[in-house]
Amino acid sequence: MTAVATDRDPFAAPGKLTPAGAEPVVKLRGVEKYFGSNHVLRGCTLDVYPAETVCIIGRSGSGKSTLLRCTNFLEEPTAGSVEVDDILVEADPLHSRSRAHREQIRQIRLRAQMVFQDFNVFPHMTVIENLVEAPIRVKGVKRVDAVTPADRYLAKVGLGDKRDEYPARLSGGQKQRVAIARALTMEPKVLLFDEPTSALDPTLVGEVLRVMEELAHEGRTMVVVTHEMSFAREAADRVYFIEAGEFAEVGPPEQVLDAPRDERTRQFLARFLAQA
Amino acid sequence: MAGIVPQQTGLEALKIQQPGAIVGDIARARGRASLRFRLIFFATWIIVVGALAIAFIGTGKVHLDFLAQWTPFILGGVPVTIFVAVCSIAIAVVFALFGALGRLSRSAPIYALATLYVSLVRGTPLIVQILFVYLALPQFGLVLDPLFGGILTLAFNYGAYMTEIFRAGIQAIPRGQVEAAQSLAMPEGLIMRRIILPQAVRIVIPAVGNEFIAMIKDSALVSFVTIQELFWRASTVGSRNFRSFETLLVAALIYWFLTIGFSFVQERLEQRMAESDRRL
Repeated sequence: MTAVATDRDPFAAPGKLTPAGAEPVVKLRGVEKYFGSNHVLRGCTLDVYPAETVCIIGRSGSGKSTLLRCTNFLEEPTAGSVEVDDILVEADPLHSRSRAHREQIRQIRLRAQMVFQDFNVFPHMTVIENLVEAPIRVKGVKRVDAVTPADRYLAKVGLGDKRDEYPARLSGGQKQRVAIARALTMEPKVLLFDEPTSALDPTLVGEVLRVMEELAHEGRTMVVVTHEMSFAREAADRVYFIEAGEFAEVGPPEQVLDAPRDERTRQFLARFLAQA
Repeated sequence: MAGIVPQQTGLEALKIQQPGAIVGDIARARGRASLRFRLIFFATWIIVVGALAIAFIGTGKVHLDFLAQWTPFILGGVPVTIFVAVCSIAIAVVFALFGALGRLSRSAPIYALATLYVSLVRGTPLIVQILFVYLALPQFGLVLDPLFGGILTLAFNYGAYMTEIFRAGIQAIPRGQVEAAQSLAMPEGLIMRRIILPQAVRIVIPAVGNEFIAMIKDSALVSFVTIQELFWRASTVGSRNFRSFETLLVAALIYWFLTIGFSFVQERLEQRMAESDRRL
């Protein structure tokens, strides 16, 4: 499957919950990434409409996390463009440290919040401080105005009673839910999940997936890199199977996961199910 | 018989012996051994130090009256020594912080300056630096108060060594912490101030404690610029009265007790931090 860099994503379509007439909130166009001479992303084009949940699956090393990290510029794409909520940034690796470029990236990050595989909650802050830190210091929200929504999001992820705990006293699943609540307090246009359950003890995966499913069903826009096929099947509007840095198959979960048309998808799923 | 009496398995044999009793015995035996170790440890110290004291006094050449007369005066230098060490380490922390940020900077001139600072200071003797400020700078009309100049020089020197400690502490913070902060759209300065440094400080506190203990001893060097601290008093009184053995011995003992005292405080502090980490 090859896509010309400026093409729109041929597979994208408004999701079930997308408001009528809405434009995609995330537009990746021909995103390429080299690590040294290693060609990790080979022109990925991806549109995500508001209120959609999109899952990216693929074996490790296929470039799925890199693609997600290029979306909020934790990795600088080598070529292509990223657009989130009308903030368009063209890859410009030779001038990536210019002030204007960095400000654009900051604007993207304000709109696209990442949830990481290993949580990355701030261990020196209580749960509530983790949540209000960025709204207060980045967005300039007053403390009183930051605490109320933060408490609401904590309650939403089921951790209202942990607001004054330090992260070291929380389980992995609880830490990840704090991380999700922290991302929500930034009121992002899209949530990016980078294998959010891969570092979790199997017994704790469920509590995180439940929160994510709830977010998907209430119309949050989400891009989820995951190995949890059950989540993809339950919550995804579209599944992208990525192989060697390009999308090999894209479609609704019932196609990609249950009746894959591409031989590589079939092989991946067969091997994946054999391991699981 | 074998058919009537069920054969004992290994596990059953253990049950009969009541494993609880064995666990208690082991704990008691370990407790006794550790107590014995500590007793022998202290006995060895007391014997060696006591033997040395008796041997010296036995020669009849140590004047105890002289010691009794001048020890209070020498002890009077302790507050000055502690003042110099505390001020110097506090200022050194500031030098080290900026040094570390410089050593981690992507800006070539800032990195160059920080590296020059560390290289220059570590490549020259501390006593030369102290005398340079006291004796050489006045040639250019720059006369610093000896106490202030001494403290500043000690701080400048230790700051260079501690630059590497702080740099390592900053680099020990996992990459994910920075990425999480970047994702929250935090700018670089804020990430350093709010996310990295507070965590790095916890990592470097034990090393800074070691530097402070070293500083207590190195503060003796400011005696060369007329600061009347512990060593200055001991050496001055000793050489004037040709009784250097007594005065230097007293000074050495005081330094020793000071470092033991602060090591103890530092251990406690680290224990408290470890406990709060567990609580966290």
